[in-house]
Amino acid sequence: MALAKDYASVMGRKGEVMKAALGMDYDEFESGSIAFDYEKMMRSTGFTLEEIERVQSLTGVGNTPLFELRNLTALARKCAKPGFGATICAKDECSNPSGSFKARRAACAVAFAKKNGYKGVIAATSGNYGAAVASQAAMQGLKCIIVQEAFDSKEVGQPEIIEKARACEALGAEVVQITVGPELFYEAISLLEDTEYFNASLYSPFGIAGIETLGYEIAMQCRERFGKDPDVVVCTNAGGGMVTGTARGLRKAGANDSKVYAASIDLTGLHMASDNQFNKKSCTTGHTGFGVPFATWPDRSDVPRSAARPLRYMDRYVTVTQGEVMCITELLATFEGIERGPAGNTALAAAFCIAQEMPEDQILVISETEYTGAGKHVQPQLDFARDNGIEVRFGNPDEDKPGVNVIIPESAKDFRVKDLDINRMRNSLIKKALTTYTLEPTEEDVKFLAEETALTVEEVKARIEEIKKAL
Amino acid sequence: MVKKGEWVRIKKVLLPVGERAPQDPEDTKATPLVMWTKGFLKENAEIGDEVEVVTAVGRTETGELTEVNPYYTHSYGKFVPELVEIDRRYREFLFGGDE
Repeated sequence: MALAKDYASVMGRKGEVMKAALGMDYDEFESGSIAFDYEKMMRSTGFTLEEIERVQSLTGVGNTPLFELRNLTALARKCAKPGFGATICAKDECSNPSGSFKARRAACAVAFAKKNGYKGVIAATSGNYGAAVASQAAMQGLKCIIVQEAFDSKEVGQPEIIEKARACEALGAEVVQITVGPELFYEAISLLEDTEYFNASLYSPFGIAGIETLGYEIAMQCRERFGKDPDVVVCTNAGGGMVTGTARGLRKAGANDSKVYAASIDLTGLHMASDNQFNKKSCTTGHTGFGVPFATWPDRSDVPRSAARPLRYMDRYVTVTQGEVMCITELLATFEGIERGPAGNTALAAAFCIAQEMPEDQILVISETEYTGAGKHVQPQLDFARDNGIEVRFGNPDEDKPGVNVIIPESAKDFRVKDLDINRMRNSLIKKALTTYTLEPTEEDVKFLAEETALTVEEVKARIEEIKKAL
Repeated sequence: MVKKGEWVRIKKVLLPVGERAPQDPEDTKATPLVMWTKGFLKENAEIGDEVEVVTAVGRTETGELTEVNPYYTHSYGKFVPELVEIDRRYREFLFGGDE
């Protein structure tokens, strides 16, 4: 008998579908309360860092160059006070086979699927991860379906997303496109159920373990070139994987003093699941619409427990504007001679400002670049914005209003970052944990929440009391 | 007529209005959840017919036939004058008037 495919029925079967589609039982890591064994889950991949390097190198993934962005560094120094302006470097993740760092995540997930006898893989993504999974599936001989949130109800899609669909198809995948809504995961679950393929989730331990090599390489390349670890690594943040994996890799390399900053494009005010607002944004990833909710509550993804837990690792979280990202992308091409992004350059726009706060002898690395192509480029994205009634003009980034305008900084001196309040995000995570699981957390829960928020046990206890009083 | 075996695009309503996820915002709830995919047409048909296709992974999917030999038209976009203006302004600021 055919299974009922209404929303509630499919979501009701999520647990059993996931167990089969992920090849692991998440119950093994649960405590029955707030806490779960995160490190045990991360070890469940069965891959050590060395094995991941081996799996990745078999398909030409990783060992990407580190570019020193000399002209952008000079530009930052010209804007900074004397003696300030760290050297800005970019890890050229565009050099991966599928054109982004996502190849690292896909390599491990697809290798695991292959080893465990799955015939194919499915990923729900409108981003670069689609091409990465498609590329790895082709290399490793598996079938691949990418489920993409692609259009509004008038079948209009962002050029950036259309290009990503094209790339997936070019690499042999089936691309299932749907209209805007959180039902992206509903359709992915339904397809997993019908095909019995592996869920190559962005948020599984494989998806995160694969990024650890990136952090590790950054540390090694900085030591080789500059004789020291990077002072700051800036990661573009959406689902939290880049921050988590890069920070873990830096730690595995012993770069314990390197700070990890997250950067997102500020899209405050735009509802990510809104049909009307879907095409009012001019960048489809790396923004606060994903970054903030996934940081404050990682377990909202398509797996029972997300391996991306960015609040554990971020030392600072800043936002930039769409106009700043578009502008720095143009400058990366014309000043540095490399055409990359735009969305992946969110960290670069932030780095341009942060470098100015740092002394000249310090090193700042942005953890990725991504490929550029038709649709996925400053010009079509700004042109699309104009076509959708968004005002594009020069001005002060403080005038930025997501969904209304894209403000290109009048001059290099107008770039600025805004700090998000990480402390508030930590409180939000603790509150959500208490209200989801229990108001009477165990000692183990408190220790877990301390790890989740990078706070001490005492600090967490104090915050729990405050939160409970306010409830 | 579209011949059996042609590469086509189909669309299908997965969740009609009234059956969408409860957490959807109101404007999204007022629209159906629609899906598109591509595949080889299983039987001769006309545009607008309900058809079966075999997709790139070998899966059979049903839906309304919308396009034959579908292709991409996304591009590098129309000219955006601000981009050349960025280059001029920022270059002048960094390197001065005469490079």
